[in-house]
Amino acid sequence: MTSDYAMVRIKLPAGEVYPDQIEKISQLSEQYSIGSAHFSTRENIQLHWVILEDVSEIFRGLAEVGLTSREACGNSVRNVMCSPLSGVCPDEEFDATPYALATARFFLRNPMAQNLPRKFKFNFTCCEKHGMVRMVDVGLIPQIREVDGTTQKGFKIFLGGGLGNKSFVGHQLEEFTPEEDLLYTSIAVVRIFDRMGDRKNLARNRMRYLVNDMGWDKFQNLVLKERAVVRATQSVVTQLEVDHTPDVVKRPIRISDENGGETTPDGYARWLKTNTVKQTQEGYVSVFLTLEAGDITASQLYGLAEIIRNFSSEGKGRCGFTQNIALRYVDEDDLPLLYSKLLETGLAKSGALTMTAPIGCSGTTSCNLALTNSHRLAKEIQRKFLELKLDEDDDLSDSSIKISGCPNSCGQHGVATIGFFGGGGRVGKDMYANYQMSVGGRSDGDTMLGQTLLRVPAKRVIPVILKIIEIFKTNKKPDDTLKSWIHRVVNGNEDSAIKSITDIKKILEPLIVPPTIDEDPDFYLDYGSDSNYHTKTGKGECAA
Amino acid sequence: MCCLTDTVKITTDVDSLRSEIRDKSVRVIDVRREDDYKQDHIPTAVNLPLANLLSDDSPDRVLKLVNSMGIDDETPVVVYDDTFGALASRVAWTLEYLGHSDVTLLESTYSHWKSLGLENDSVTPDIQSTEHSMKLKPDILATSDYLETAKTRDDVILIDNRERLNFLEQHIPGAISLPYRTLASNDKILRSKDDMKRLLDNRGVTGDSEIITYCGSVGTLSGLAYYALKSAGLSNTKLYVRSFKEWKNLQKPTEKQEDANYWDLSAE
Repeated sequence: MTSDYAMVRIKLPAGEVYPDQIEKISQLSEQYSIGSAHFSTRENIQLHWVILEDVSEIFRGLAEVGLTSREACGNSVRNVMCSPLSGVCPDEEFDATPYALATARFFLRNPMAQNLPRKFKFNFTCCEKHGMVRMVDVGLIPQIREVDGTTQKGFKIFLGGGLGNKSFVGHQLEEFTPEEDLLYTSIAVVRIFDRMGDRKNLARNRMRYLVNDMGWDKFQNLVLKERAVVRATQSVVTQLEVDHTPDVVKRPIRISDENGGETTPDGYARWLKTNTVKQTQEGYVSVFLTLEAGDITASQLYGLAEIIRNFSSEGKGRCGFTQNIALRYVDEDDLPLLYSKLLETGLAKSGALTMTAPIGCSGTTSCNLALTNSHRLAKEIQRKFLELKLDEDDDLSDSSIKISGCPNSCGQHGVATIGFFGGGGRVGKDMYANYQMSVGGRSDGDTMLGQTLLRVPAKRVIPVILKIIEIFKTNKKPDDTLKSWIHRVVNGNEDSAIKSITDIKKILEPLIVPPTIDEDPDFYLDYGSDSNYHTKTGKGECAA
Repeated sequence: MCCLTDTVKITTDVDSLRSEIRDKSVRVIDVRREDDYKQDHIPTAVNLPLANLLSDDSPDRVLKLVNSMGIDDETPVVVYDDTFGALASRVAWTLEYLGHSDVTLLESTYSHWKSLGLENDSVTPDIQSTEHSMKLKPDILATSDYLETAKTRDDVILIDNRERLNFLEQHIPGAISLPYRTLASNDKILRSKDDMKRLLDNRGVTGDSEIITYCGSVGTLSGLAYYALKSAGLSNTKLYVRSFKEWKNLQKPTEKQEDANYWDLSAE
């Protein structure tokens, strides 16, 4: 694309972000970017189209509000993620957030993590269902175990997973890793990767390749041995400083409702159904905002900061796994007013927690590696599916659509119920944007990578997904969701007319036949482009 | 002229303006719309809505306006608006072009003035007409013809003060993008001198060059930039007052960012 402009990735450890930080990012985006910002899939906020010489001004602004871009890129420990529901999830055993924050602090500026063979990622989560721990270098689920009558905190740790040009599902290190071994285990893994990871072959130097080449048993052994060495040799001052001070949860003092009227705006019920989750804490709800493939304008950010102040009893936002942000500890009684405030800010769209909020990496909008405009496609799908009210369909709500603009998986297509990655198709000498589609991927306790189904031209993606939904509706059992049904199909356990993905493929094939350029010129334009499609890539780093 | 650059006063702070008003030693110009002015304004201020000035900003007309506002060659003038200083800058620049040297911008906006709880009223002052001289300063003005020749020179820097998105879409070839939003800081319409210098230094906008600023259509955003540059000691600055609108109408060459579906990245 161009070397004149840079992208600044701002880390939000454990996804936590405070109102003054959001206001600062809003201001910086107006000053140095294009008046909008982007929520990534890894709890970062990105500013695009920044002039390189302005980057130091942005760093200055970030430092004023306690944020950093340091080690958000490069061969270091990247942002440490944590589930947006950690601390409020009904299925979790304890809140992993303080551990995620402590891990982030431990590795930031730590000499051992400055020059790794490649980037290195930690994901903490709340429970199996909310997942995302088996497709990352180190994934951790909090667990409590009874040992001799006393309860002990610890983690289930998964190593060597990751999505990319070649994706792997992570392996569980051991049944239970007690909390005091968390840091030793993390250090051991980082040290092994640092020592043995491939420093030559850029295309395959993530830790998952090391694990795969070596074999899990051997790698597991190495980690356990290295951990023993770390435990024996680390100074006693090397500790994970986990802050267990409970967050203050206090309903913000309300500015009395100026309207006084109690009329709840239209669309409230739909939004309530598709954007909110009840918390473990009685009377509180977590509210997810629907963004368009992670994009938000400067003025929306500014409004969001004020909304968090007025509605979140913990006084901060939490970034999600899917290019979005949540407000937690919202008092149930405040939901209608919150909804009207979100409407005013243009952030009240429904469907955040459903299949109608697809992930799209930045694609050709700003990525040098992208082959297609995955970002725009995600938005097109969202608009169409919301128009069809598919967000209200309970059969579809636990499914996901994820789109990458190239095979490198920033859009996490491998773990989507219906996933796509971009490429080029050709009729004679005319090229068009084309996606490889896979189905059945998931990132929860039954994590598996999707199975490749067929190539779908960009302009046929929406009809193809709708057709899949139609096939599912015809053949489902009463309790099925699209996700559970597809799971049976890809595993060969379905007994309806659809026995395997080959049967789905047969039905879809007529939909993907390319017309000639004279019959349908639009087919040869990628979404968001008014010139004929051609592939062109440069040097760069992916950025969902 | 050059030796004065370090002491040149660009803005007037709130406290100084209040005492100057009490001393009756200043002419304050409110450039907001007439309706807003009539509701309330800084005491003693006269109203010159920007649109009124722009309807005909030929020197003869401007001279008449200046006289009718009771401004003579020696009257200190302070201009304010409610639009982050951009409209006030355009008016201040016009006075400067006419040859009035003592004109400054209020350091903040009228909203900020009011948020501080400072005095305001709705009285329209009686003004005695004056006789201002006309000594045009063509060296602070860039015309399209001038710009076309100047921008081929190595020692000329052309700055586009519109938002980044507008710049990416289309701009005058060779321009650098410095959105007007970068010029302010918190409550002030302009950053402190040191902050401004640092920002400009980073971007290679330094003292040895002639600088020309432009924006979308009438020279407001770039007017603010004109004063921003002066505040950082860069006095060799010209305003392309007719800006990109005229440039396009004259069908002069433009440039755009190739290979970028950047508009997608701004949330619609």
